[in-house]
Amino acid sequence: MSYIHPEDDRVARHGPRARRRYPRGTAAALGVGLVLLGGLAAQQFAPRRMPHRPPDSAPGRTSRQSRYGDYAVTGRSVTINKPRQEIYDFWRDFSNLARFMENVESVHEAGDVTVWTIAAPAGRSVEVRTRIVQDRPGEEIAWRATDDSEIDTEGKVMFRDAPGDRGTVVEAVIAYKPPMGELGRLAAKLFQAEPAVQARRDLKRLKMLLETGEIATNRNRTDS
Amino acid sequence: MRALTYQGKHDVRVETVPDPQIVNPRDAIIEITATAICGSDLHLYDGVIPAVMPGDILGHEFMGRVVETGPGSTLEKGQRVVVPFTISCGQCFHCAQQQFSACDNSNPAEKQDLTEPLYGHPVSGLFGYSHLTGGYPGGQAEYVRVPFSDVGPIVIPDGMDDEEVLFLSDILPTGWMAAENADITEGDTVAVWGCGPVGLFAVQSARVMGAHKVIAIDHYPNRLALARQMGAEVIDYTQTHVLEALMEMTGGIGPDAVIDAVGMESHGFAPDNMLDTIKQTVGMGADAPHALRMAIMACRKGGRISMPGVYGGMADKFPLGALMEKGLQLRTGQTHVQRYTSDLLRRIQEGELDTTFMISHRLPLEEAARGYANFANNQNDWTKVVLKPGMAA
Repeated sequence: MSYIHPEDDRVARHGPRARRRYPRGTAAALGVGLVLLGGLAAQQFAPRRMPHRPPDSAPGRTSRQSRYGDYAVTGRSVTINKPRQEIYDFWRDFSNLARFMENVESVHEAGDVTVWTIAAPAGRSVEVRTRIVQDRPGEEIAWRATDDSEIDTEGKVMFRDAPGDRGTVVEAVIAYKPPMGELGRLAAKLFQAEPAVQARRDLKRLKMLLETGEIATNRNRTDS
Repeated sequence: MRALTYQGKHDVRVETVPDPQIVNPRDAIIEITATAICGSDLHLYDGVIPAVMPGDILGHEFMGRVVETGPGSTLEKGQRVVVPFTISCGQCFHCAQQQFSACDNSNPAEKQDLTEPLYGHPVSGLFGYSHLTGGYPGGQAEYVRVPFSDVGPIVIPDGMDDEEVLFLSDILPTGWMAAENADITEGDTVAVWGCGPVGLFAVQSARVMGAHKVIAIDHYPNRLALARQMGAEVIDYTQTHVLEALMEMTGGIGPDAVIDAVGMESHGFAPDNMLDTIKQTVGMGADAPHALRMAIMACRKGGRISMPGVYGGMADKFPLGALMEKGLQLRTGQTHVQRYTSDLLRRIQEGELDTTFMISHRLPLEEAARGYANFANNQNDWTKVVLKPGMAA
């Protein structure tokens, strides 16, 4: 997958600002001042229309534009205090995914196809069928939905060594075509089942599970 | 079991709720023998901390006997333990740095969504202190479930009274860390705002750390008397101009370090504080940091500010200019309790620290609501309340 770096207004926001001076005294001077200010304002806003703005260093998913055509893109990074290979191995055994992914009921492999059963709003569930398109042990796993999948999606998870012996940075990126378009995406967000919300929480659960052996809960009883 | 539950602003009740169970492998169940009402519980009681739900069990200062352990717990049934109010996994980056109250893994993932937008980062789990910090059932109850019980609880040797060690759970390490954050060296003068339990322990700790003089500020005669008993000089702000007095009591220099042990609900009728209090009354999440403003103004140039007082949201009319222009350092945070417990237990055993002088009332758990009401409304006489589930009513 490749992501464009859309332009944003970061450069403009930090660009030099013109100094404004209001002439004092008569109304005429005020009028002159307003004309002058208009000119200064025009100068100040002019650079925003400049077509060329080099991309910044931030990942595309943090851009102000969150959609690329019909696809919504989301992603999240988390640093886990465990070796890269260990985390890769845990993830690559797809049956582990349902242990920390809240809305994933089960994941199993059928031949070269991975079948994800995902809880959907209103007690429904959807089946997402994906195929691995990239598998580099210890580094990256990428998948793409098959043609007969209920949801059109692709994603990848990348593992790289964190600086300063802090373990591994795990970065998951998911692009998907929301069922029923933007309306469906908002509805899913309302039920907290949107991939952005899920990615955020699920990666935290993965970190808890791998670092501490359990997933934190405030439940006081197993039946509550 | 019986437990003190939050029902609404100024409404807490002891009710019968289901007993806790082992849920995660590293859990333990503790039968509470003593638990205290903390000054910060009054922020919950007053409704100024958001995300407290009716039915939540309060209480984060508690100790007791281990009655059940999960397979990952290192505790043994029958051991007496004091439990830190901070829930910490012991294995994340922050715990490895001994920043236990910044633990990444103790606040449930879905609860982290509450503080991430509010503070920029999610905060760790705490017992009985709103859903911002996990919504964990607290210890003002007969039993409590303690997660990560292999990391937090400290085992208490036989022969020590509950009351001697109970405050290892929060206020003693909190007062100690407050003094540590003030970076005290010999010859220093330290001013402490607030003679509640944390302020009193900060006074005592500052003395142990070698402060030449500690000046404590409050308006309750009884609390000022306790501070004096701990070796402080005192200022009653209803009688005295605090800033002038601090300058005159430090040879015109100002205190080398200042400690705000008041937090978000300052008392007094200063104009800024009246505005803050109105804002706090109409909307949650607004802080009333009058004491902190005073502390910043009082602190000598190049001095240190330590802020153990609890704040939850936003403040304004903040003397940012004084902070910057005088080159002050500010250190704060929820207490990294586990960092201090064993050292402080030793100091209690050796008689270096007096931990019981501030206890004014001992009540059975059933009378907890009365304890809250008096601790909130009669602060002169009710300086610290210990609740004992086993005590006859």
